[in-house]
Amino acid sequence: METAIKTSTIKDKLISEFEASKKILFGKPQLRDQAMESFCNQGIPTRKHEEYKYTHVDLMLTEEFYFSANKNCTDGQIEDLKFLKGAYVAIIVNGVFIEGSSNLQNLPKGLTICGLADAAKGNLTVFEKYYAKNADVNADAFIALNTAMAKDGVFIHIAKNMIIERPIHIIHISTAFENTIINPRNLIVVDENAQAKIIESFETLDSTAKIFSNALTEIVINESAIVDHYKIQDENDLGYLVNTTQVIQKKQSVFSIHTFTLSGSLVRNNLTLALDDEHIESHLNGLYLTAGNQVVDNHTVVDHRKPNCNSNELYKGMIEGKSTATFNGKIFVRKDAQKTNAFQSNKNILLSETGTINTKPQLEIYADDVKCSHGTSTGKLDEDKIFYLRARGLSTESAKKLLMHAFASEVVDTIKIEPLREYIEGKIFKTFECLNS
Amino acid sequence: MLNIKNLHASIDGKEILKGINLEIKVGEVHAIMGPNGSGKSTLAAVLAGRSEYEVTEGEVTYNGIDLLELTPENRAREGVFLAFQYPIEIPGVSNINFLKTAINEIRAYKGLEPIEAKDFLMMLKEKQKLVELDGKLANRSVNEGFSGGEKKRNEIFQMAMLDPKLAILDETDSGLDIDALRIVANGVNKLKSKDNATIIITHYQRLLDYIIPDFVHVLYNGKIVKSGSKELALELEEKGYDFIKEEVEA
Repeated sequence: METAIKTSTIKDKLISEFEASKKILFGKPQLRDQAMESFCNQGIPTRKHEEYKYTHVDLMLTEEFYFSANKNCTDGQIEDLKFLKGAYVAIIVNGVFIEGSSNLQNLPKGLTICGLADAAKGNLTVFEKYYAKNADVNADAFIALNTAMAKDGVFIHIAKNMIIERPIHIIHISTAFENTIINPRNLIVVDENAQAKIIESFETLDSTAKIFSNALTEIVINESAIVDHYKIQDENDLGYLVNTTQVIQKKQSVFSIHTFTLSGSLVRNNLTLALDDEHIESHLNGLYLTAGNQVVDNHTVVDHRKPNCNSNELYKGMIEGKSTATFNGKIFVRKDAQKTNAFQSNKNILLSETGTINTKPQLEIYADDVKCSHGTSTGKLDEDKIFYLRARGLSTESAKKLLMHAFASEVVDTIKIEPLREYIEGKIFKTFECLNS
Repeated sequence: MLNIKNLHASIDGKEILKGINLEIKVGEVHAIMGPNGSGKSTLAAVLAGRSEYEVTEGEVTYNGIDLLELTPENRAREGVFLAFQYPIEIPGVSNINFLKTAINEIRAYKGLEPIEAKDFLMMLKEKQKLVELDGKLANRSVNEGFSGGEKKRNEIFQMAMLDPKLAILDETDSGLDIDALRIVANGVNKLKSKDNATIIITHYQRLLDYIIPDFVHVLYNGKIVKSGSKELALELEEKGYDFIKEEVEA
């Protein structure tokens, strides 16, 4: 019961903060009121909630939290996080877009990258058309909370036929001296026949307190557009991240998303793809490396609504220490969605006796002429392989490292931006060094 | 080079090797033959250092050192090579990366600098030719999707790259058609020198038409029950293993 009281306390605090701040927040107050009402009805999910069974999001919200950090970081610190040379960079510190630290000079005509609040205030038609249209506040409490309380974030619009060769890098930075709740919000709209590569990274800088980031990105991919999206989740052990990504794809579009969860105390990913027309292609790749007491939970939904679409999902994880990883992959094939090809695979390696993996494929198929498959496996590093490598002169340690690399490479090799692939490989290499020592 | 004295080994409490004695000198080729379940592969596994097998008695001295005290990787680094009966597939690890890592760890053990990229590539090319291994196979993941014959050839290719002092070929001939057998045997013969030694473990005599052994030993029920020259292999082929069983049990 104690938890329930504390949870309701945080709920009350959220409501009073909402009332105090809603006048200064961007957008239509009506939308925010609806969202808050929905949040109040849903409440913060506890482990009794089926979708949050393995992830005690409520427990981290039992302490005192603030809603703005009153803390900034230096430009030098921020520069260090810009690991992709030549990218357009949008900086978000504690959920607020910082133009001065971003690199958005000389954007080509047809490419808009600006603060979300600015986009709202500017009454941009694209913003009006798409904002909060696909992220349903009644579907999830965190969508509702974000929609009610988001202060800012990034707005990206790529106009018809534009090919943006340079990657667009959104860097979410958390930094605080006191426990803080933030609600970053992004809207990405890629118009017909346009192409882009977008990276979102989540980092902590110079932080000494818990930060709960309820980040939400809506992505609209219009007809024949091609989008490659990457998430690099690399916060510190005081970072708690609920990251909702809501994607809608239109006819003949191609979307690939690659989610790398490298650190953070708790990471919950809610990724939903709506395949809303025919001849759509979607790729979902994920890699999570967990250690210590980390909790990482990937919930994905692929919603095949129309015929002749392909989706392919591959999530892999390595679990060390007392950490817990969860994979829950839903695939819906609606009645109309004949000739669907939908594939899903989740593979895990348990590196310790005390780690936990929960994996749950969930296929709901209402059409009769489809090809769907799912597979899941969990095991240890194969002793026969280790012995084979040792019999050729490799130490146990390097044999294990080689096998871990091999396991991760299937996902890492899907990265199409070479410097990003190198960056991720470097990160993974460091993680393996730590695991082995 | 290798001296095995009264070697007993068991797995899950069941004794498989029941007192093996064998001496191998540098430059020699020894064939170990025997019926299924006689302990041939167990002997190979014990020499390579598989931890499932427990040595309960006896000793193995290799170039003056206690082989059984060494970890599997240190045995490899000291020059012992086991060609596996069933080579393991390792998806995601390229043959080349694997061999480079192996060679460099062996070199580090000997206090040598890592191999130069240029030298490594030259060696790679040269040794591939030796076993007629397609260059494409060398670039692929270790044994992944290889046919049985390709896997065995890959074992001999690795052997060529690592240049061992003592090579143990565990049923390298099994599952090979005659063409592949010739290629593998030819590779082994080219690698043979007065400075190394080879143990060939086989069920059939055929491989010994191509790799001529100096000695043939018959392993039966965990012991070497008969030793002789290469003619012994022919005799076995002709009479079958039953005559050994009868001799032993008589």
